Amino acid sequence: MPVESVFPRLEALLPHVQKPIQYVGGELNSTVKEWDDTDVRWALMYPDAYEVGLPNQGVMILYEVLNEREGVLAERTYSVWPDLEELMREHRVPQFTVDAHRPVGAFDLFGVSFSTELGYTNLLTALDLAGIPLDAADRTEDHPVVIAGGHAAFNPEPIADFVDCAVVGDGEQAVLEITEIVRAWKAEGRPGGREELLFRLARTGGVYVPRFYDVEYLADGRIARVVPNRSGVPWRVSKHTVMDLDEWPYPKQPLVPLAETVHERMSVEIFRGCTRGCRFCQAGMITRPVRERSITGIGEMVDKGLKNTGFEEVGLLSLSSADHSEIADVAKGLADRYEEDKIGLSLPSTRVDAFNIDLANELTRNGRRSGLTFAPEGGSERIRKVINKMVSEEDLIRTVATAYGNGWRQVKLYFMCGLPTETDEDVLQIADMATRVIAKGREVSGSGDIRCTVSIGGFVPKPHTPFQWAPQLSPEETDARLEKLRERIRGDKKYGRSIGFRYHDGKPGIVEGLLSRGDRRVGDVIRAVYEAGGRFDGWREYFSYDLWMDCADKALTAHGVDVDWYTTRERGYEEVLPWDHLDSGLDKDWLWEDWQDALDETEVEDCRWTPCFDCGVCPQLDTEIQIGPTGKKLLPLTVVK
Amino acid sequence: MQRVRLRYTKRGRLRFTSHRDFQRAFERALRRAEVPMAYSAGFTPHPKVSYANAAPTGTASEAEYLEIALTERRDPALLRELLDASLPPGLDVTDAVEAHTSGFADRLTASEWRLRLDGVAPAEAARAASAFLAAPAVEVQRETKKGLRTFDARAAVAALEAAADDGPGGADRPGPASCAILRLVVRHLTPAVRPDDVLTGLRTAAGLAPPVPAGVTRLAQGPLDEETGTVTDPLAPDRDATPVATAHGSTA
Repeated sequence: MPVESVFPRLEALLPHVQKPIQYVGGELNSTVKEWDDTDVRWALMYPDAYEVGLPNQGVMILYEVLNEREGVLAERTYSVWPDLEELMREHRVPQFTVDAHRPVGAFDLFGVSFSTELGYTNLLTALDLAGIPLDAADRTEDHPVVIAGGHAAFNPEPIADFVDCAVVGDGEQAVLEITEIVRAWKAEGRPGGREELLFRLARTGGVYVPRFYDVEYLADGRIARVVPNRSGVPWRVSKHTVMDLDEWPYPKQPLVPLAETVHERMSVEIFRGCTRGCRFCQAGMITRPVRERSITGIGEMVDKGLKNTGFEEVGLLSLSSADHSEIADVAKGLADRYEEDKIGLSLPSTRVDAFNIDLANELTRNGRRSGLTFAPEGGSERIRKVINKMVSEEDLIRTVATAYGNGWRQVKLYFMCGLPTETDEDVLQIADMATRVIAKGREVSGSGDIRCTVSIGGFVPKPHTPFQWAPQLSPEETDARLEKLRERIRGDKKYGRSIGFRYHDGKPGIVEGLLSRGDRRVGDVIRAVYEAGGRFDGWREYFSYDLWMDCADKALTAHGVDVDWYTTRERGYEEVLPWDHLDSGLDKDWLWEDWQDALDETEVEDCRWTPCFDCGVCPQLDTEIQIGPTGKKLLPLTVVK
Repeated sequence: MQRVRLRYTKRGRLRFTSHRDFQRAFERALRRAEVPMAYSAGFTPHPKVSYANAAPTGTASEAEYLEIALTERRDPALLRELLDASLPPGLDVTDAVEAHTSGFADRLTASEWRLRLDGVAPAEAARAASAFLAAPAVEVQRETKKGLRTFDARAAVAALEAAADDGPGGADRPGPASCAILRLVVRHLTPAVRPDDVLTGLRTAAGLAPPVPAGVTRLAQGPLDEETGTVTDPLAPDRDATPVATAHGSTA
């Protein structure tokens, strides 16, 4: 039976809400398929506002991969703002997809991509609006299977009550495997109901089904063990790794929205994974090994993507884009090819070295040289050894000297506060670094019109990193340390006025910390916050620290733990961590050694250029580093008139 | 340089496109269609597009206009097809004429609108329209960027009458049992009187309160024929001038 569009009912509400265009769909390159021509149907969600969710590469890739398949339908849904949520509840309009405005509750699968834990309350809003019971245990065969993915899914325990499954790692192949399992189960007449379907997914070893695992606790609140509660379910669930990015050139036809979104550009992922080994960086740890897209593959994606979208900017994405083995040729080749076409090129996530100035110069050949961004992350040489961010102050000064010498006028520096072993002195050295940057800039450029912006955020320890055992700094201490830094910068008569200072207070970081390293008991907090009206926790204007703390106090007391226990407490070697049964490929003993090395201020090299240091990923997952150079060149294309 | 004037629509669900949204979409369509656009000078060059008088977000339109400047000549009819295919369905390019006259924006002196009032009996709408027209002035208020403004919505209205439901934009809405259609002609004055203001006026001056938001569509935009109270084609002078202009070569 075809599923009816809710659009006529939604349409009547749209004149009353902000930016209604975000709810109407119709994006260029979007796909609407006939419901009855398909037998496996996915609703894909990015649990944030449309303007943030639409450009998300993960959702865009899976949307296209699924829709390319015969018999498979994928549509997208995003969080609705509270103004529309209120009207939808009043007029009983369910959570809908923007493609064909079908109710999310009618789909077979509801996949939700979590880049951050701060989307958890939005998951509950969407489930409730969709008419799907919040508790996975209360769902029937008529409800979609709710699957969490994305980086936050590497510790899905805080949302274990609300999701049916979690999938860790790359989604391209995983969604197709899941699709086939669902298709077969439906074709067989749904034997064994929902439970059987979940079991078939779980026994692949690549889909985590929380209900098939029991968590046992010790008297002191720590986890005793996590154990499968039925046979055939693996003890640990593996992450998925796509090995040849050139075989997965997605998105081929990126969505072009009518509404304004946060990234309006043609993004091409130039490699996946990172082995720099920054110890705070969850993305770098959980996406190993490094897999490069070839220079020719990049060139084709950019060409097709621009033709299909009309975008004016190309973003070369990865965790450390300048590390691509042929980045110089890629940058030069693209700059040559699009010199006449007014296409901008951007290279986010670059490290601090002079080579990158050459790259930046290449990318801005025709344009204005305004600002360059670097992330030393730590203010002192000592703390940078702790976090394994191998950049010396001399490197940085040399780099900014080159930048200012090449006409750049503004340098932005990113730092973190609250890193393990950090003292006030480590953070105050950020001010010294900034003054040296300004002094060098004035000297090299011969101009007083030089700016340096210091941007600093609180560090949140993340699962599957060497810092997963580390204590998080309390918000009071974070704020006090940032205040001292602010005073140090303000007090500098000679340079202070050239230094911009941006910081985030420590409170949101504590909630993120609670959710990042939480276990199943934290689910009660998320539910309580949602029920008390918590929404859009990644947005300053909606986030309420007090609401989270009140709800956490009430919900966690029953379990004999509290927010500090989850955040500012240091964990020991023997402790069973809530995510230990999710296998990111990293050897837990290696992570512990790296944590000990951090405390000893010992650095680790990048395994792309030095011998393997046994993090465990390649042998565990039977993968390998895939890097160039291929020796090929990016060909200039002749524009067909 | 060749200048081409285009007429385009905002139909169905894409009536929720704001003017800024449309501008971005149109400029991308120009790039996809590889239209040889003239660019402005400066640090961030922009394609030369002049937009006239965009309909408010949420109102549909059959008669929006813009003008583009090209560095190479193109056949307007082919250009129309190309751009229409490049834009999403609903944002449709319906006419293209090479510019041979100046003062195009000044020719857009009035708009004809259709107001679809679901859940309102036609007789009730006709009564309210008469009451509105009979009033010497109808003061309405609207929230603007500069705060709440009060102005007269009556003087700008050249025509307001019940009409038959036969135009576009009616089919995408399921019709309840009773549905009234009003045809409205508004002069472009300052401050601008929008269909919304007339609807507000119909409520305050004539007690007309539709149960659901009105479906508003701009049907035409152009010079107002005061005799007949109709809005005429603003591209007509360019169309008529074509043979003359061709004989004299480029008009750029």
